[in-house]
Amino acid sequence: MDSHTETPELQEQFETPGQQKEVSTLGMWVFLVTEIMFFAGLFLAYTIYRREFAGVFALASNTLDVVIGAVNTAVLLCSSYTMVLAVRAAQIGSRKALILFLILTILLGGVFLGVKAYEWNQKFEEHHVPGPTFHLERTTQQGPAQLFFSLYFTMTGLHALHMVVGEGLMLFLLWQAYAGKYTPSYYTPVDVGGLYWHFVDIIWIFLFPLLYLIARHQH
Amino acid sequence: MITEAVQERENYLNASYGIKSWLLTKDHKRIALLYLHTITFFFFLGGIFATLIRLELLTPKGDLVSADTYSKLFTLHGVIMIFFFLIPSIPATLGNFFLPMMIGAKDLAFPRINLLSWYLLVIGGCFGMYAMLAGGVDTGWTFYVPYSTNYSNTYVIATGLGVFIAGFSSILTGLNFIVTVHRMRAPGMTWFRLPLFVWSNYATALIQVLGTPVIAITLVLVICERTLHIGIFDPARGGDPILFQHLFWFYSHPAVYIMVLPGLGIISELVSVFSKKPIFGYKVVAFSSVAIAVLGFLVWGHHMFVSGQSVYAGLAFSFLSYFVAIPSAIKVFNWTATLHKGSISYATPMLYAFGFIGLFTVGGLTGLFVACLGVDVHVHDTYFVIAHFHYIMVGGTLMAYLGGLHYWWPKMSGRMYPEGWAKLSALIIYLGFNLTFFPQFILGYLGMPRRYWSYPDEFQVLHVMSTAGASVLAVGYLMPLIYFMWSLRYGAIAGPNPWGATGLEWQTSSPPPAHNFEETPIVTTDAYDYAALAAREEAKVG
Amino acid sequence: MRSELPLFPIQASSVAASVDHLVYFLLAVAVFFSVGIFLTIFYFAIRYRRRSESELPVPAHGAMGLEILWSVIPFGLTMIMFAWGASIFFNISRPPDDAQQIYVVGKQWMWKMQHMEGQREINELHIPVGQAVKLTMTSEDVIHDFFVPAFRTKADVLPGRYTTTWFKATKPGKYHLFCAQYCGTNHYAMVGWVYVMEPQDYQAWLSGGTSGSLASSGEKLFQTFACANCHHLTGAPGRGPDLRNLFGSQVDLTGGGHVKADEEYIRESILNPTAKIVAGYQPIMPTFQGLVTEENVLQLIEYIKSLTPKQAPPAGAAPVSSRQKSTKQ
Repeated sequence: MDSHTETPELQEQFETPGQQKEVSTLGMWVFLVTEIMFFAGLFLAYTIYRREFAGVFALASNTLDVVIGAVNTAVLLCSSYTMVLAVRAAQIGSRKALILFLILTILLGGVFLGVKAYEWNQKFEEHHVPGPTFHLERTTQQGPAQLFFSLYFTMTGLHALHMVVGEGLMLFLLWQAYAGKYTPSYYTPVDVGGLYWHFVDIIWIFLFPLLYLIARHQH
Repeated sequence: MITEAVQERENYLNASYGIKSWLLTKDHKRIALLYLHTITFFFFLGGIFATLIRLELLTPKGDLVSADTYSKLFTLHGVIMIFFFLIPSIPATLGNFFLPMMIGAKDLAFPRINLLSWYLLVIGGCFGMYAMLAGGVDTGWTFYVPYSTNYSNTYVIATGLGVFIAGFSSILTGLNFIVTVHRMRAPGMTWFRLPLFVWSNYATALIQVLGTPVIAITLVLVICERTLHIGIFDPARGGDPILFQHLFWFYSHPAVYIMVLPGLGIISELVSVFSKKPIFGYKVVAFSSVAIAVLGFLVWGHHMFVSGQSVYAGLAFSFLSYFVAIPSAIKVFNWTATLHKGSISYATPMLYAFGFIGLFTVGGLTGLFVACLGVDVHVHDTYFVIAHFHYIMVGGTLMAYLGGLHYWWPKMSGRMYPEGWAKLSALIIYLGFNLTFFPQFILGYLGMPRRYWSYPDEFQVLHVMSTAGASVLAVGYLMPLIYFMWSLRYGAIAGPNPWGATGLEWQTSSPPPAHNFEETPIVTTDAYDYAALAAREEAKVG
Repeated sequence: MRSELPLFPIQASSVAASVDHLVYFLLAVAVFFSVGIFLTIFYFAIRYRRRSESELPVPAHGAMGLEILWSVIPFGLTMIMFAWGASIFFNISRPPDDAQQIYVVGKQWMWKMQHMEGQREINELHIPVGQAVKLTMTSEDVIHDFFVPAFRTKADVLPGRYTTTWFKATKPGKYHLFCAQYCGTNHYAMVGWVYVMEPQDYQAWLSGGTSGSLASSGEKLFQTFACANCHHLTGAPGRGPDLRNLFGSQVDLTGGGHVKADEEYIRESILNPTAKIVAGYQPIMPTFQGLVTEENVLQLIEYIKSLTPKQAPPAGAAPVSSRQKSTKQ
C-alpha cells in the first residue's frame, strides 16, 4: 500500500488520504447531530415551561446580568474567529500562526469559562441556586422560579462541560501543532476540532437570548 | 472428530495471540466477537430473570419471591434485555463483523471508536450489574416519574447511569456505520448494489444517532431530579410528569425499530440465499427500511393514549402508527414473493427465517390492535401489550439473530454447526415461543394487567400454559449455546461459501484473513446475482 | 353461562360491545393475513423446494403494480381501523352531559371514592345500572390507572392534576377494578370491585348511613377555614372574588389572559393561589397546601359548584350553558 508508506498518518482502513479526511469530517458532522439531539431535550423542556410560567420566567431571567452575558457571547464569537484563522493557518502550512491562533482560542475559551464561574458564584450568593436556600424575590411562585434556574444551570452547565472538553481538544491540537504534525496535506484534526468548537459556540448563541433576554424590552 | 491434519491458514483468529491482542484490537471482526460474548452473557442473565418471573406466575398468589423482589425481576429483565442485549445484538455482532466485508472495506471508518463502543457497553453493564447486586431497581424499565424520582428506594441512579453509558455505545456504533456506508464502499459498490443487510443496518444507525441522545438527557434529568430535586418532573414544583413520558418514548419507540430493523435485514439475506433468488422488489425493500426509521420517530405518543394527553394528540399518533405498519407489511409480502419459483432449501437459517416471518407477522398484526385508539384504551398496560412486543422482539429479532448466527457461523468460525441439532432447536424454540406468548394475548384482553406479582384465580390456566411454554423455550435457547461451542472444536470444517451465497463476505476464506480481502474487490454485479455467481464458479472450475 | 376458558371479558358497559366488534374486525384481518401468508409460504416452500444443488431459478426483480397493490390495500384497511377506533375513542373521551359525578383519589395503594351524596368507599365503587358515571380522579403520589376490563375503559390518574373517565354500566354485577400503571410494591394489590346495582338497590345503598353530601362537607370546610372572610357570600365586596356563579364561567386574570373556572382551576386556586390572580384583586390569598387533603379539595369544589345553581348535581336534567361573566365589585 504505497499511500500508507508515504503518508504515515494514513490509517490502515483507508485507501487514500482524501478518503480519510472525508471520513473524519463526516464523522464529526454526525457526532454534532447527536449533540444537537442531546441538547434538544433541554430546549424542549425549557420551551414548554417558559410558555407555562411566562411571568415567573421573565422575572427570573431578568436577574441574570445581560451585560456579562453579552460580553461572554462576544468572547465566544471571537474565539470562533480565531479558530477559523487557525484552520486557515494550518491550510497554508503556517505553523507559527496556527500555534498563535490556537493559543488565542484557548485563552478566549478560558475567559468564557471564568466569566461563567463568576456568574454562577453571583447566583449562589443571591440564593438563586436551586436547593433548600433558594429564594427569588418578588414572586410567590417559588416552584416555577426554581424550575427556571434548574434549567439555567443544567443548560449552561452542560454547555460549559462541552467547553471544557473543547479546551482539552484545543490543547491537544496545540501540542500536535507544536510538534509539527500538521501540514497543508494533513490538518484534518484542526478542521474537525474547529467544527466542534463552532458547534459549542452556536449552542451558546441559542442559550444566551433564550435565557437572558426574556421580555427585556418591557423594562 | 476432526484430525489436526487441517491446514491452518492465517486468519483473523490466529493472526495474533494473547489477551492484549483482543482487548486492544482494532479489527472489527474481533470486536464483533467481544460483543458476541458480552451480549450472550446478558441474554442469559435476562433469561434467568424471565424464568423467575414465569415461575412466580405459575400460581395466583405471590409465593416464590416477595412483591418487591418481583418488581425488581421484571425491571431488570426489561433493562437488561433491551439495553444490554437487543439494542446492541445484531448491529454490534453481525453488523460489526459483516458490514465492512459486505461493502468491500478493510474495516469500519473508526476502528478505535468501535473498540470504545464495546468498552462503553461493558462499563454500562458493570453499572447495571452493580445496581442488580447491590439491591436491584424496581421502577420498571420505563422509569416513570414521579415513582422513579421521588418514591423508589432502589438503585435507580446506578441503573440510569448504566443505561446512559450503554447508550453512548449505541450512538458510536451508529455513527461508525453511517460514515462507513457513505464513504468506504469498494469501487463499483453503488447504493443500489448494497446487500439489504447493509441498508437495514444503515437505517438502524440513523435511529441510533438521532434517538439515543434524547434518552441520554432524559436519564440525566431523572438523576438530577432524584438527587437535586430540580422540579422538572415534579407537579409540586410546577413540573410535569407527562414531559418525562414524551421525552422517554421519543427515544424508546424508535428504539424498538433499532431492535427489529437489523433483523429484517438478516431475513432478507436468508430468504434470498435459501431460495437462490434476488429479493423481489429490492429497491422497495431497501427504502422500506429507511421509511420505518423515519416514520418511527413520529409515533411515540401511541404509548400515551390514556396518559392524559389530548384526544387530538392521540388521533395524530394513532394515524401515524398505522402508516409505519405499511413498510413492514411490504417486506413480508416481498419475501413471500421471493419464494415463488425459487429453489428453497430447509437449512437451519431458513427455518429461522420462516419462523420469523410467521411470528413477526403476528406481532405486527397485533400492533394494529394497540395502534387502534378504541382498543388500546382496553389493552394498554395489560398482557396483550406484553405478548405483542415479545412476538416482535423474541419471535422476531431474536429468531432473526439466531438465523443470522447460524448462517454466518461457518464464515466467522470456519466450522459448521451440527445441522440435526440445529433444526431440532429451531423447532423447539418456535413451539415453545408460541406456547409462552400466545396465551398472553388472551390474558391481556381478559384484563390481566402488567407487572402484577399476584393475580385473580381465573387467570391461572393461561399463566400455567405460558410458563410451560417458557420452560420449553429455555431448553431451545440452551441448545445452540452448547452446540455452537461444541462446533468450535468438533464441527466440520467450512469452506468459503457453504451456502452458495452472493455477497463479498463469501468470496474470502472462512474464517476471513485479518484484512478481510487479499485485494480490494471491484464490484460489477448487483447484490443477489446468483447467475453471475454460478458463472464465476464455472470459470474457476473449467 | 360463561365458558370454562373465556376469551373475552363480560361486556358490561355501553361501549364494551362496540370495542369488541372492532376487535372482531381486527381479528378477522389479522387471521386473514397471517393464515394467508402462512399457507402461501407453506405452499411455496414445498412446491419450490430445492431438488438439486445446481438448479438456478429465474430472477424476478419486482413488479411496481404488485407493490402498489399490497401497499394500498393494507393502507386502506388500516385507515378503516383508525377511523373506527377514533370514533370509539371520541365516545370514550367525552362524558355525556347527564353523567353523574363521582370523585376518585388514588394513592399507594388504594382507591378512595367519594360520591356526591357523601358516601365514601375504599377499593369499591357502587354505581347504578343504566346511568352514565363520570369519574374525576387525582393521585396523592405517583401515577396510577383506573381500569375496569368489563367496561373496556381505562385512564391514568395523575398527581397534581385531574383526569376523567366515564362509563355507563349496562349489566348489574360485580366487576374487577385494577390499577394499571405500576406504582410500587403493592401495585398488584391496588385492586377492587365495581358493583353495578339496580337503581332502587343503589338508592337504598346510598341512603345507608352517610355524613352528608360532598357539597355539605365542603361547606363545613369552607367555614372551618373562614374562607368567607375574604370571599363574602353576601355579595358585599371583599378581598377575594365572589364565588357565587363562578363555576364554569370565564375568569379574567391580571396581566391579560383568562381561564375557565373548572375543577383544575379551583384546585389550583386553593393549593397555589398566586399562580393565577383574578383581575382587580391582590395576590394575598394564603395557600392551603398541606392543610387540606385531595379529598377535601374535591369537597370544596363540590361546594363551590353548588354556589352556581345551574351547576348543582344533575338528576338527568338537560345541560345548561356555563358561560357567565364573573361579577366583581
